[in-house]
Formats: sequence, structure tokens, C-alpha cells
Amino acid sequence: MNTSTRRLRRFAPVVALIGVGALALTACAPEADNTGSGTGSADFTYFGQTQSSTIIGVLESLSKDQCSAENEAAPLKVDAVDGATWDQQLQLLAGQNALSNLSMGAGTPELMKQFIDAGQVVDLTTELDSLGVSDNVLPSATSLIQRLYGEDRLYAMPNEINIEGFWYNKQLLSDNGIVPPTTWGDLVEAAATLKAAGVQPFVAAGQAGWPVSRLVGNYILRDLGPDALQAVADGDASLTDPEYVAAADAVAQLGKAGYFGDAAGTIDYNIAMNQFLTGGGAFFYMGSWALANFNNEEENKIGADNIGFLPFPDVEGGTGSSDQVPANAGIPLMFTTANYGTNQSAWLKCVAENYGDQALNEFGLITGFKVSGDADVPALTQVVQDVLANAPSSVLWFEARFSAEGTTVSQTNAGGLANGSLSGAEFMKLVQDANNG
Amino acid sequence: MERVLGDKRAILILLGPALFVYTAVMLVPIIWSTGYTFTDGNLIKGFTFAGFDNYIKFFRDPTAIDSLWFTVRYAVILTILQVGVGYLLAVLYTFALRRGSALIRTIVFFPTVLPTVAVALLFRRFFEAAPTTGPVNSLFEFLGLSSVDWLGQPGPSFWVIILMDLWRSMGFYAVLLYAGLVDIPEDIIESARIDGASGWKLIRTIVLPLSLPVLLSSIIFSINGTLKVFDTIVALTNGGPGAATTPLTLYMFRTSFNYGEYGYGSTVALMLTALSFLATLFIFRSTRRDLTKG
Repeated sequence: MNTSTRRLRRFAPVVALIGVGALALTACAPEADNTGSGTGSADFTYFGQTQSSTIIGVLESLSKDQCSAENEAAPLKVDAVDGATWDQQLQLLAGQNALSNLSMGAGTPELMKQFIDAGQVVDLTTELDSLGVSDNVLPSATSLIQRLYGEDRLYAMPNEINIEGFWYNKQLLSDNGIVPPTTWGDLVEAAATLKAAGVQPFVAAGQAGWPVSRLVGNYILRDLGPDALQAVADGDASLTDPEYVAAADAVAQLGKAGYFGDAAGTIDYNIAMNQFLTGGGAFFYMGSWALANFNNEEENKIGADNIGFLPFPDVEGGTGSSDQVPANAGIPLMFTTANYGTNQSAWLKCVAENYGDQALNEFGLITGFKVSGDADVPALTQVVQDVLANAPSSVLWFEARFSAEGTTVSQTNAGGLANGSLSGAEFMKLVQDANNG
Repeated sequence: MERVLGDKRAILILLGPALFVYTAVMLVPIIWSTGYTFTDGNLIKGFTFAGFDNYIKFFRDPTAIDSLWFTVRYAVILTILQVGVGYLLAVLYTFALRRGSALIRTIVFFPTVLPTVAVALLFRRFFEAAPTTGPVNSLFEFLGLSSVDWLGQPGPSFWVIILMDLWRSMGFYAVLLYAGLVDIPEDIIESARIDGASGWKLIRTIVLPLSLPVLLSSIIFSINGTLKVFDTIVALTNGGPGAATTPLTLYMFRTSFNYGEYGYGSTVALMLTALSFLATLFIFRSTRRDLTKG
């Protein structure tokens, strides 16, 4: 027997032991205990993002007023962390079965589906029915959230309903003789006019990526119809198909022409918001959650009256329509099954009954809950309410059906479209590959 | 002393606590993580046995290969620069500035103690192209050159990262190597000078061989640190533009915690461990001959 064979024999049991140990340790992963019964936990715990301070504000107001009895039985305990690593934090908490009673849901719909499949989220369709408050959730909001998670039951609360589109600086458009464009061709023409006049046509947070990738998604929905992205998710079409690449190319051409300004890929969300609100650009693709910024006089230097809303325009010859408004429910709230009992269901009932009114009256926020009275809302908020009321249907956003990897790859590369360093075909291939896993 | 070290109980008492802590915080997680590499899933979905699928996936994954290539490039270039510049500074402290080097040493060392995020923010502003023009682009424009989108393009952003990390770390390596250089006996250098050695010849024939052990430690320290780079890149570019500056560590983090693929993330981690191990082994082997000669 030579030396190497002897050495191998000596180490074989050690390697085997490590292997067995490794697999045994891995098998020690905790399993979720999802049995909720009795009164549940003595506190009503909430976990959210520091950026979404409105939710905490509404809950705290409810705890002192409409939900004071529920708060006495199970006092509200709020906790919030920065949203930059939100999904990671949720995953770790869920893995340890340590989610709060009420929590902002996962940012990626795919992760939320994992929570649903693992039985960690309360089925609100059943629960709201048994509490007799299911009418307090608007049917349009219910269908939006159901569509988002691909479920026929409701698993999250519509604490926010947003529409997305182009907000524009009325002054900059009228100074340059531009009427709000209704087609993509008009929009590109307007951008060329603005650029020639020394005005930055589009403001976009290229670093965040999604304000650019949403343009690609919306172009697809306008050009190929509202089911075009579902076809990709179902495997009936690919983002690398020429008709899909054309959408990314249309956005890449805006980037190549310099319409997003210098170094567009490095502009972050706050800088972009500040740029638009100080007159640094004409068109700003954004969600209606930005109304809080638009209605803030200290932040908004161009004036709320000077901002108009433009639905994402039609694409000439396309089968989609600009009245199919891109909508989302922000990051909706989920009730978790761990420690769920009568204390928590009492809170759920109270939230369903009162959240909509409180959010609208106190923060001017539009939710998917029924509101009882007429609130005195700012003009821009009224615009959003009107769009929501008049839209015959809504569409989801570009990444809504993507995997977590596809979403990340899309949003980290979209800045390349805005600064003209990535072609439409390159972008779509990267995203499709990521979706394929 | 010999009697104490010959006593097995004494050895156990001396080594036991350290060995226990090492095992608990290093070996167990490594073994645990190795176990994950043979599985698919996460804590929410649960785990299923996947055999060697994750390893096969790693070598077929273009993003993983790009990250590996970025990591190696970054580690090699930064190690050469930070140890090289550190060594030059150490030589400067020892032979040119001598006792008056304390102030310079402190100034050059200062970036090492600054928080990573603060340094990254400083460099972001320094190399900013829009909406405001940073000092570097202002200088370019003053010289009649066009402004560069430093952090929005793969090539320039790589070099900004290298420059930032070099600025942060060269003072540390200078002090580390300085400690090795001041240990060289003065009489050896003096006798070499009497024999006619000076300048580059003195450094090549006397200083370099005698400081080789500390130089070797610095290289190993540097290569392992740079292969595992994470915070500086996350703070400066977050791996972008696209995935152009994504090291293996960041890819591992995203795979595990963004995409919820613990098994594949652990595989990436194991590959990084293997890479660090191989790099250390390579450096040891390649310098062994020189050490025995010295």
C-alpha cells in the first residue's frame, strides 16, 4: 500500500463524518408552526419599512381612537427597519417562524407566494367573511392583489392603491409649445423638442432601475396588449422575441438620444424626485405614492398646480390602450398565521373597518378600503381618485410576474437603457436568462 | 515549560476554550453550509436533496463566472497595488523620513479608520457626473475634456473601486510592512553600505530578502481580504452597473437572500473558500524556495 493510499484511508472516515454531519445539520432547519388558536399573542406586533411611515402613523392613530378597545386587549407594538434589504429580513424571520402579527408583505410577489404556500399568511377571504367585514375591501383592490399573487383568495390588505404614469411639468411643456402627448410617437417628438430647447425631457432614477424598466413593460402592454407579460410568465412568449425586444429598444433609443440626462444610470430615487420638483426635467414616470412629495410645499418648488398627470401613452398600431392604467397596491400588509388568535382577528376587523378613512383623512392616501365620508383632498389626489374610478381595467408592472432573480437583474440593468450603454436585445436577454434561472 | 506542554490536561485547558469557540463559530457553520450545497430550497419552502446540481450550475452560470473573474481581477490588481504602494511607503518611512515619519504615517493611515460607507459616499460625490458635477469631472471640464460617467460604466467604475480601496488600505499595509523593515538590524544595512550597496541594489539584495516573511504575510492577508470584498463595493456601486462590479461575495448574498436559493448561495460561498485556500497555497508554494535560500 503506497503513502497516498494510506493517507486517503486515514482521511476517508473524517470526510465521511463531515459529510454526514453536514447533511444532518442541514436537516435541522426549523419548520414553521402555523397553528393559530386561542387569543393569540398578548401584543399586536407590526413590522414594516421605515420608508413607509404612513402605515405606522395610521395604525398608531387607530390604536388611540377607533381601535382603542383592541389596543387594550393586545397593545400595538411597532417595529420598522430600512427597506433596502426588506425581502432578506422577511425571509430570515419567516425561516425562524418569527414574523410579526401584521407585516408589510414581501416586495417580490414570488416570495410572497412562498409565504402563502408555506401557510404563513392568513387567508383574508375566509377571515374577513367570518368577521363580516369583507365588504370593506373594494372589489377592484381585491382583484388587483389576487392577480398580483396569482391566487383566487385574498392574502394581503390593500392599504395603498397606486396608479403609475407620467407626471409632467405644465410650465415646461407650455413654454415649448407642447401639448401632453397621447401616443408614444408624440412623446418622443416632445422629448426631441425639449432637448433641443435645452430642457431635460425625462427625469428617472436609473440607479433604482424600476422607473426605467416600467417604461419597457408599459410599452409592451400598450403594443402587444394587456396579457403580453402574462404570456411570458406562462412560457408562451419570451422577452427575447422581436416584438418584446422592440419595446426595450424604444426605451434604449431614448437613452441613446440623451433624453434621460447625463449619467442617468447613477441617479437615485431621491435625487430624481428632487430634480423633478425643482424643475430639472419635463416628464417623470412615477407612482401616485409620490403625491406625498408633490403635495409637500417645502419639497415641491414647481408647485402642485404646475404638475399634470399623463397616462402611459398608446403605441401606434398597438392592441393595448392608455385607459388600462398601470396599478399596484404598493407593498400590501399581511396578517401572519403564527400566534394568530382572537386578539389579532379583532385588530383585523378594526383595521378593515377604519384604515381607509383614517389614511385618507390624515395623510391624503388612497387605499383599497371603502371610505365612508367625503374627505377634503388636494387637487392632485383627486386626479388620481378620478383616474382610478374611471379606468375600465388595470395592468400590472413589468416585473410583477418575474422571479426574484429576474426582478433584480431587470432593475439593476435598466439604468443601462437610460444611459444608452445597453441595447434592447441585450437587456431582454439578461432578464429572460435570469427568469429561466 | 516542557513539563507543562507535555501534560495533556494542561494542553486541553490552554487550547480547549479557543478550540471550542473556533469550532462553534467557524467549523460548524462551514460544515453546515457545505451540507446546504447539496440541497435546493430555503427555510420557507424547505429543502430537497439536489446532489451535485448546484456545482454543475455554478460552472454553467455566466453571472457566476463573470463574478469569479471580477473577483480574481480585483484581488490580483488591488493586492499588487496595496502591498506594492504600502511597501514603497514603508521604505520611505524607514530610509528617507526616518524619525520624522510619524506625522506622514498618521496621515496616510487615517483613511483606514474611516467608516466604509462614509468613504464610499465621499468617492461617489468625488466622481459624480450628474445632476451636479463632482471635482474630478470639474477638473476634466476645466482641462477641456468631456465629463465621464465614472460609476455608470463598467470600466471606469472598476478603477474607481480600485482607487478607493487603495486609498483606504495602503496606509495599513505601509504600517504593517514598516514594522517588518524596522526589525532589520541596522548593522547589516550599514555593512552592506560599506560594501558599496546603495539605493535599489541595497533594497533588492538586503532589505527585500530580510523583509520577505512580513511581505509574504501581507500578500496573503491582502489576497484573502480582497477576494472576500463586500462592503466597499456594496456601498459604492452595489455591484453595478448591471452586474459589472459584482464580486462572488455579493453574488452569494443575492443568491441566498434575494433569490432564496440557500443551496446555490452556499455553493458560491464554498467556491470562494476554495479560491482563498488555493490562492494562499499558491503564494506559500511559490515563495518557499526563496525563504529557504534566505
